[in-house]
Amino acid sequence: MNKEPIIEFQNFSFQYYSQAEPTLRDINLKIYRGEKILIVGPSGSGKSTLGHCLNGLIPFAYKGEIEGSLKINGLETKEQNIFNLSKIVGTVLQDADGQFVGLTAGEDIAFALENDNIPQSEMRARVQKTAQMVDMQNWLGSSPFELSGGQKQRVSLAGVMIDDVDILLFDEPLANLDPATGKTAIEIIDEIHNQSQKTVIIIEHRLEDVLHCDVDRVIVFHDGRIIADMNPHDLVSSATLTENGIREPLYITALKYAGIPVTSAMQPGYISTLQTELSREALNVWYRAMPAEEKKSAAPRILSIEHLNFSYDGVRRILNDINIEIQQGEMVAIVGKNGAGKSTLSKLLCGFEKPDSGAMRYQSEDLRDKSIKERAELIGLVMQNPNQMISKPMIYDEVALGLRLRNLPEEQIAERVEKILKICGLAPFKAWPISALSYGQKKRVTIASILVLDPKILILDEPTAGQDFRHYTEIMEFLVELHKIGLTILMITHDMHLMLEYAPRAIVLAGGEKIADAPASSVLTDESVIHKANLKETSLFHLASMAGIENATNFVQGFIDYERRVKRR
Amino acid sequence: MNAKAKLFSYNSANTPIHRLSGLTKLICFLLLTFAIMFSYDLRVILAVTLFALAVLRAAQIQFSQIRLMVLYVLVFVLTNAVISFFFAPEQGVLIYGTRHNIFPIYGGYQLTWEQAFYQTTKFFKYLSVVPFGIIFLLTTNPSEFASALNGVGVNYKAAFAVALTLRYFPDVQRDYRDISLAQQARGLELSNKAKFFDRFKNSLLIVIPLIFSSLDRIEVISNAMDLRGFAKGKTRTWYAAKKLTGLDYAAILISILIFLAAISVSVWINHSRFYNPFL
Repeated sequence: MNKEPIIEFQNFSFQYYSQAEPTLRDINLKIYRGEKILIVGPSGSGKSTLGHCLNGLIPFAYKGEIEGSLKINGLETKEQNIFNLSKIVGTVLQDADGQFVGLTAGEDIAFALENDNIPQSEMRARVQKTAQMVDMQNWLGSSPFELSGGQKQRVSLAGVMIDDVDILLFDEPLANLDPATGKTAIEIIDEIHNQSQKTVIIIEHRLEDVLHCDVDRVIVFHDGRIIADMNPHDLVSSATLTENGIREPLYITALKYAGIPVTSAMQPGYISTLQTELSREALNVWYRAMPAEEKKSAAPRILSIEHLNFSYDGVRRILNDINIEIQQGEMVAIVGKNGAGKSTLSKLLCGFEKPDSGAMRYQSEDLRDKSIKERAELIGLVMQNPNQMISKPMIYDEVALGLRLRNLPEEQIAERVEKILKICGLAPFKAWPISALSYGQKKRVTIASILVLDPKILILDEPTAGQDFRHYTEIMEFLVELHKIGLTILMITHDMHLMLEYAPRAIVLAGGEKIADAPASSVLTDESVIHKANLKETSLFHLASMAGIENATNFVQGFIDYERRVKRR
Repeated sequence: MNAKAKLFSYNSANTPIHRLSGLTKLICFLLLTFAIMFSYDLRVILAVTLFALAVLRAAQIQFSQIRLMVLYVLVFVLTNAVISFFFAPEQGVLIYGTRHNIFPIYGGYQLTWEQAFYQTTKFFKYLSVVPFGIIFLLTTNPSEFASALNGVGVNYKAAFAVALTLRYFPDVQRDYRDISLAQQARGLELSNKAKFFDRFKNSLLIVIPLIFSSLDRIEVISNAMDLRGFAKGKTRTWYAAKKLTGLDYAAILISILIFLAAISVSVWINHSRFYNPFL
């Protein structure tokens, strides 16, 4: 390995002018040419801020005070400018849609060249060549609408590689991708790293997904400090992850549940390198000891969807003959890749769109006779981005809005709002402005503002998108609480952990059809469903087969049940 | 992507109209619009309208794509006609200098042939601008248009801002729809059942979330642009730039001819901006 570091932080601290405390404290870090580094940490730990320091958004776009030194290629960054830095550090942002500057893939890839005044003919040649590196040469004329999430990410990657940068920086590359696309994205990054020998830095909190491919070092952030800097094997066998609110790989959790001490000698950093000779017996013992969970008796039906068909343009069917029955008090995940029809289904249920044919019933009432407003009192929809729902500056007013619009007397409103705020854990913030809340708290406010209408069914679109482990757990445990008081909950999601941990039942849509309706444990171990719906098999599945356990589905289900018992305690 | 979301936005297709440069289309749009705005000769206006419809057809624009826009314009133009009649029922008589009564309406209001003719002319005048606007909006690639604007001396940052606005139009439209539906579910009344002031207040409930979610979008895109060197130089080149071709010159020439023809009719034949059939 090269002795010369390409990136060197020395006693580096940074404080945003808008914050009372430094976001990064006393960072000392060397990254060498050609290394592949993963940076993990919970939200607010400073890992994204570190990324901004590398690509120059700090201090050139986000202002603040820097102490200490950060050298890239031997040059002090604060003496450079963002344009010089962009020639050295290429950044791929997390939002593949939002960062799409051009109108077509070709134009987007060319953006940096346009700004460099490269003549059009040379530009076209270089775009062609770079597009080939990411296998997008046949899509140059396509608009972002016509590209899949994975393809958009390839375009973003080509857009920064066209400058022949030395360092590739990925800021949460997995955040908006479905599991299968995320897996491919990690493979592309790996391939580019191997071919080009560029320095690669990945900032991501989804550790297990990134460790699908090799990384040299993992750097763990907490409270603005680096608290660990080690190889993946050492990291997952240490207590660092669980102590700092980062989710450890599921197979590690399973090994621990089975009473197997995880040591770095087992090479546990990647599922592919994990040595299981010595733990096989213990896993089998644990598996055989799993009690069979008794089936709950069927509750009355609350929602039924029969032969539902829908298309926007009368030509392409978005939903094709969908049949679903939901029982009262169920917690169901609706999964499938982008464009599979998940969101459309929720829009039909809420009356935002009208079906071409088919029936939807709440208990025995036909939903088609009801207006959007009437349906909202039965079925509440929480949109993915809280900013798309919040329209009042104060929490109380936001939650009260639905009732005020229904002209209820103010005393009654006060009573209902207080009750909901209490249920949602927002009572202490009653008089707060919404702008003072964190993302997770805003999400709670939007859920509260829907719950106040007292719906019987709650639909959530990607309730945990972009959330770190702690916020994810917070939001999901909150939903479990709501579920316990009798609410029926439907969750539209990409998140496989969410499916496994919180959805006893998963409905899988692909190409507008329902292709599976089964417990998450069997969905995530069924190869054909996984393939059709862009899911990814869980690492527990591999662990089961490595341990010689034939019925992986039972093993996964056993793990879920075990975990629930552990948590309940 | 569904067809509804592409409403009002650039659709790529390979027709002679699409192949024209954005600059050409802007010039033609201005020339033809000015010709119509200048002339109050119903014959000229109808001829230009027919020409516009032919171009619309050549650009393979389906009626379903523009139905909503046409509807809005019709409502606007009709309202305008009714209101201008009640405010100035004698305008036609004033302009044409004769009076041919058709029938009395109410009180002092008389419908005259002059007024009917004047308002018909105005009606078509407004209506005939619409196809040109639609063609311009639906067949112009925003990036290429930006490059063309930059080519004629507009600052490239301003040109790029125009392109971005056109580009994000469908996204913002989709956001607006989603937010509006979600707010309606919470009980927001947007129909005319609500009073005017309430409706205004209610529209804020959609606009505020729309602004905040758009601000999120803007932060991401401006970071993405900064990180790839936007605005670093005094000039930039354009991947989507097109050179003007024979087709462009032909289109500009045709537009100039129509423009001159419209002016000539007024100057040499009518001796006024109005065509007067009552003399």
